[in-house]
Amino acid sequence: MKDKFAERLLLFIAFSAILSLLLITFFIFQQGIPLIFKVGLKNFLSFHWAPTQGQFGILSMVMGSLMVTLGALCVGIPLGLSCAIFLAEFSSKPVQSILKPVIELLAGIPSVVYGFIGIVVLVPLIRNLFGGSGFSVLGAGIILGIMILPTIVSISYDSIKSVPAAYRDGSFALGATRWQTILMVVLPSARSGIIAGIILGMGRAIGETMAVIMISGNALRVPHSLLDSVRTITSTIALELSYSTGDHRAALFACGSVLFIIIVILNFIAIRITRRD
Amino acid sequence: MEKISEHFNMIYPGVKVAVQGGGSSAGIQATFTKTCDIGMSSRNLKPEEKQLKEFLIALDGIAVIVNRLNPVRNLTPDQIRMIFMGEISNWRVLGGPDKKIYPVTREEGSGTRGAFEDMVMHKQAISDACLVQDSNGAVREIVANSPDAIGFISAGLIDERVRAVALDSELPTYENIVAGRYLIVRPFLLLTRDEPSGPIREFINYVLSIDGQTILRKVGLIPALDIKNER
Repeated sequence: MKDKFAERLLLFIAFSAILSLLLITFFIFQQGIPLIFKVGLKNFLSFHWAPTQGQFGILSMVMGSLMVTLGALCVGIPLGLSCAIFLAEFSSKPVQSILKPVIELLAGIPSVVYGFIGIVVLVPLIRNLFGGSGFSVLGAGIILGIMILPTIVSISYDSIKSVPAAYRDGSFALGATRWQTILMVVLPSARSGIIAGIILGMGRAIGETMAVIMISGNALRVPHSLLDSVRTITSTIALELSYSTGDHRAALFACGSVLFIIIVILNFIAIRITRRD
Repeated sequence: MEKISEHFNMIYPGVKVAVQGGGSSAGIQATFTKTCDIGMSSRNLKPEEKQLKEFLIALDGIAVIVNRLNPVRNLTPDQIRMIFMGEISNWRVLGGPDKKIYPVTREEGSGTRGAFEDMVMHKQAISDACLVQDSNGAVREIVANSPDAIGFISAGLIDERVRAVALDSELPTYENIVAGRYLIVRPFLLLTRDEPSGPIREFINYVLSIDGQTILRKVGLIPALDIKNER
């Protein structure tokens, strides 16, 4: 009897999580989609965003989000992957027991702190080294790259660790060096996990808001160089929500819908890739 | 306004005041539709909105600020407009160093931005190359830390880390705003649809009383009382 009750309770709790997800999804789309039909796809898929004057083009923001995310991947993938390889293949147990928690701790730092470090350290550094205002794609990319490290490292690490020892032994037996073994045997077998980690990191980078607002400068123009300011979808929502009314508000929900779709697609791909093996 | 309502409630415990944000156009609209008893606006009414009863409670100068290292001290409204349109993009043209100008603006929908657009931009669009921040404080922070930035904030929020430029040789000081010499000034209005009476009248009177006006002064605004005394 007691078991039955506990089971029901857990089932209810599990469903309430799904229910809230459904409600959020429904709400965002219900608020945002009508506007797209109202102003027309042509207006919505343009580069001109001036919602108080009836211009609802989101493309420069979509481009901005993609550029910043690409920047984050350029920083995060090499760093994260080499870190995971080092942890899994080269480091001794004591080193591992210190490094792994430290990297995972990165995920626990609030994004506003990353943003603050970006403003105080990175922005002036970029301004003095390369010129420009310092509020740039480059700065946002670097900070986001660091922010997605824990995701990439821990998922890649787990999948490298789960490559059976027999594969390595076989490779060594054939006379391969340690490096050759990692490059040609371990990494290819861990591929799906690594890619999933990268895609999840990508989702985090696209969704990140606070740090990006603080570092990217938020200019609406599509950046021409790495040193130009950039506006992402998330920053637009966060910047403008407080004073928005009417169509402007609906347009921000429409932005949210677009973001939602992008992230769902990314997660879907990540799940498909991990399932394949 | 929240602060004023709290104080008002202490004196008139029977009257409940609920304050809601949303920008000037929303405030004016709500007054028309009688969604609220008293509307608020931080911009002047357009001719078609003039049928509302308006009560000026305070003024707020909008200061154009630059970094303390910037040698430019004086600009004309036209120059400021050209800077934010992206037509003037180098400080050298304005007597400063040969450096690119980084204008910082507020986000779409902001009242300060709206007032700036009305009074300085005159229907010209603010360039989409401008950096965008979502509060007076954030704009001030960027200008304080970037040698080549220029931005606009509420005059009451200027501090020693930034420098306000003079507009046609007039600085956005208290005296200049009260005397009407500084030109980028926006009003803070209370609006009602009909002639106010009862608790609505009492509230407006309270805001215009010395107590209410002192609260406005404390948050950096210039109370309407001062202007009446001066002019």
